[in-house]
Order: sequence, then structure tokens, then C-alpha cells
Amino acid sequence: MNFKTTIGLEVHVELKTNSKIFSPSPVEFGDEPNANTNVIDWGYPGVLPTTNKGVVKSGIMAALALHAQVEPHTHFDRKNYFYPDNPKAYQITQSDKPIAHDGWIEIEVDGEKKRIGIAEMHIEEDAGKNTHERDYSYVDLNRQGTPLIEIVSKPEIASPDEAYAYLEALRQRIQFTGISDVKMEEGSMRVDVNISIRPEGQKEYGTKTELKNLNSFNYVRKGLAFEEQRQQRVLMSGGQIQQETRRFDETTGQTILMRVKEGSDDYRYFPEPDLPALNISDEWVNEIGAEMPEMPGSRRQRYVKELGLTDYDAMVLTQTKEMADFFDETVKLGADPKSAANYLQGDVNAFLNEQHADLQDTKLTPANLAGMINLITDGTISSKMAKKVFKAITQGKEPKAFVEEKGLVQLSDPAQLQPIIDSVLADNQQSIDDYNNGKDRAVGYLVGQIMKQTHGKANPQVVNKLLIASLKK
Amino acid sequence: MASRIDQDQVQHVASLAKLSLNDDQLKYFTTQLDEIIGLFETLNEVDTEGIEPTSSVSDQINVMREDVADNWGQRDALLANAPESEKGYIRVPTIIDESEDE
Repeated sequence: MNFKTTIGLEVHVELKTNSKIFSPSPVEFGDEPNANTNVIDWGYPGVLPTTNKGVVKSGIMAALALHAQVEPHTHFDRKNYFYPDNPKAYQITQSDKPIAHDGWIEIEVDGEKKRIGIAEMHIEEDAGKNTHERDYSYVDLNRQGTPLIEIVSKPEIASPDEAYAYLEALRQRIQFTGISDVKMEEGSMRVDVNISIRPEGQKEYGTKTELKNLNSFNYVRKGLAFEEQRQQRVLMSGGQIQQETRRFDETTGQTILMRVKEGSDDYRYFPEPDLPALNISDEWVNEIGAEMPEMPGSRRQRYVKELGLTDYDAMVLTQTKEMADFFDETVKLGADPKSAANYLQGDVNAFLNEQHADLQDTKLTPANLAGMINLITDGTISSKMAKKVFKAITQGKEPKAFVEEKGLVQLSDPAQLQPIIDSVLADNQQSIDDYNNGKDRAVGYLVGQIMKQTHGKANPQVVNKLLIASLKK
Repeated sequence: MASRIDQDQVQHVASLAKLSLNDDQLKYFTTQLDEIIGLFETLNEVDTEGIEPTSSVSDQINVMREDVADNWGQRDALLANAPESEKGYIRVPTIIDESEDE
């Protein structure tokens, strides 16, 4: 029997606004527990939330980045639940009229392009964090009220590989809007996953299971692949899938039953009475659209078509907005695009890995990288010398000043080089004989001698040309 | 009586609100809630044909604040009001984690 797989992904993205969604408490991580909380975050009687305009704007930006329709008349809803991470006993979210709906993103799996639909996206508040110890649990409400966007896919993802590609494309597009860091390892992107299978030809979806503890894109793919196989085995052996939540085990790569769902959750949603509704005008959407950073797909196209980069280069450079912006700026300052691309993927990436740093946290600047590349292009320094210069620019030094200070200027003037070549040739008759007897290795030796005479400053290309010409005389 | 809501539903609502009711209370509240629902059914007599549902009866719209952080420095006062606290955390009885996120 053949089966069709249907995967649904709910992605929570944490926004990096200055303040919380309904209170002015700062959104900061790593502070003392409860330091960034006030009476609103604690749900004190009589307090009133106020909507943060920056969150609504971020929601509109996400909607535009995901080709979704912004809802002109939107409002918040109250979702009731009891849990000590949320002292109000309800979460303010959106259910009835979310901020945007019907978007899509394009993914590519094995060279095949496919559009995955986005059912809806809504803005809501995050809850606090509980830590559990043997005798007590501890509640830190710093995260309470941190703004989130939840993005819900349509049931159009048909394989674990497509799920992976969807998450990667989604992460990239959101990252380029700048509204979130979208880092799974830091919790600014979280993924809830459900999966069902059904026999080929069956119209109704099968019973779905939910997966938890998927802390990386790779685990999402692995967990889904395991679950797809497990469900097939159950159905093939005449069993039935029950609606349950399963936990992904990182060490075994298997999913383990956590709990069986009985009945549907009873959240008793109703329109949030403490917050006025929102009318989002076309003017506001257009204004935000005009300010939107260029998306990765469009940049990739531009890099290949206008700058002559390979598809691979373009893909690597558009992994993060910071990298793509850095590249754009470097090229704008006159650097050769191919060299800039090579440096960013090579030396710069190696440097970032070594330092465990993000590009924006280093002293590297597009101006200094462009300056260094221009010095190579115009022959002032050799690519060997550039190694030293590169080290200097990672420390924030200006390349031209550094080169002058260290006397790293490459000798390219034939009028200066020719006398050195002549004197080296005069001292090495044996090598000239070797060359004339067809031993090309002799050239390498002679170049080495010339480099030695010039303390490594001679331009190897120019030396080679002049030397061969002299030998052929 | 008790045609609009039954005791099972009242029991369900009570447990959602973390209330435990004894048999007498259950009967009592079932009757009361039934009457309240009956009262609300009067509203069904209003003709709402062709009228858009509304989420709010307030005429306020788009009341938002700018995204500016302001720490009111209320942590110590809030913790002092918590039944128990320790090292800046609110201390609660051990929870078996069954929340949706993590």
C-alpha cells in the first residue's frame, strides 16, 4: 500500500522589539529573574494592557515577507488556560481574525520548486519560564509578554525534506525582515509539528500525531521521518493511529509516546475586552512595504544576473541578512564582486567560526574589506600579503594605512624589477642552462631568488613575465 | 428543567475554573445556570439578519503605544506580594510539566 504524508508546521517567532507586546517592560534576555516585569506582566487586578505599535508593524512586515494578505479589521482574543507560567490564566492571542492569512513561500527540494501555503499568522504574547526542582518549581516572568508571531502552514507539506526546506526558507525570509533573530538554539524560533498519513486515493486526512522536543531543523526532519515510518507500520499491520503527542528522543532518533489526547482542548476563546480592535490601513501597509529590506530570493537573482556570481555563491551569501548586507556594501564601495564573495565565504567565514562570532559583532567593516580587495586588484599587494592585511582588518585597522605602515607594498614596476632580474640571472648561469635544456623547474628557482632579493615584495605575475622574456632573449 | 445545560457540563466548566462542587452545589448551580442561559436566550429574539458580528462594543480603535521600553522597577514589590519567593523567582509547588511549550 502506498501512503501520502501530510505535515503541518506551527512556527513561533520571537520578535526583538524594545518593549513587550502589552506592557512597556523591556524585552531583554539574561537579566535577573523577574527584573523586566511590572504589574501588567503579573496580571494584577485592574491593570490594562496597551498594544505595542512595533509588534503590529512587525506582524505586517512578516505578512509581506510571506506574501500573506493583511487583515484590515483585526483584533485580539483571549485563550483561557491555567498554568503557572502565566499569572493571568489566559493568553492574549488572535484566533478569530488574525493579522494576516493566505501566504506562501517557495521551497526547493531535489531541484524541484514548490509553493507551500501559509494558512494564517497571528501575533500573541509569550509566557514566563518555569524551572523545576525536586521540592519546588520556580517562575521567572521576564519572558511573559514577549511578542511572538505564530505562522501556521497549510496542509501542503508532503515530506520531511519539504518540512526542512520550508523551515529554512521561512527562517531566511523572517531573518531578512530584521524583526527576529530566528535562532532555534536560542529559542527565538520554535517549531510545533504534526503529521498524518493516509492511503493513496483516500480523501480524508488520517489521524495526526504531534511531535515535541524538536530543537533543530535536523531533528524536525529526523523526527518526521521516523514518525512517517512508524505510522506506516501501524497501518500496514492493521492498527490505528491514535491522536497523541510524542516526544523526539535525540539520542535514538525515535519518537516516544508522551500522552494521548482526549477530546479537544477547551480554551474558551472570546474577543479580548481589554484591547480595542485594530484597523490596518492600506496606507500603513504600503508605507511598511516601501521600507522592507530586499528579500533573499531577489538578492540571489541580482547576484547571479548582475554581478556574475554562481548560484552557490549567491546562496551562501544570502544565508543571513547581515552577510548579504555586508556583501552589498563591500561591492558598492568598489570591490570586485567575485573577490568579495570569495573572501566572505573563505577567510571571513573561517574567522567567524574561529571567533564563534556573528559578523555584526566583529570589527570587520565593508569599507576595510573593500579597501583590501581594491589593493589586491590594483596590484599594490599580493594575495599572500593580503593574509596579513586581512588579519589587520579583523582588528579594525584601515588596510591602506596598515600596508604603508608595514611597507607591504608590492613591487610591480618593471623598471625597478628588471635590474634585479638581470643580476639574479647573472649569478645563476646553471639555471639558465637548465631552462634552455627544457627544465621548466628552473623558472621556479629563479622566481624564488628574485623574491628573496626583494624580501617577498615583488609582484609574482610581473616577475614571471619579465623573467620568461629575459630567458627567451 | 435543566434542559439547556446538564450536570456534566456544569461539572466540566467547574473543573476548567478549578472549582470542586459537591452534589448539592452541582444541582444548585445547574439550575441557576440553566435560568441564566434562558435569560440570555431572550437575545435570540433580536433580528440580526445581515448584521456583521462585532468583537467589541467600544468605539475606540487603534489605540497603540510606541515601542519604547520603560522598566517600572517593580520587581521587589511584586515579589514581596508573592506567597513565596526565592532568589528573585516566584516559588510554587512542584509542577509536573504539561504545558504546550517545552
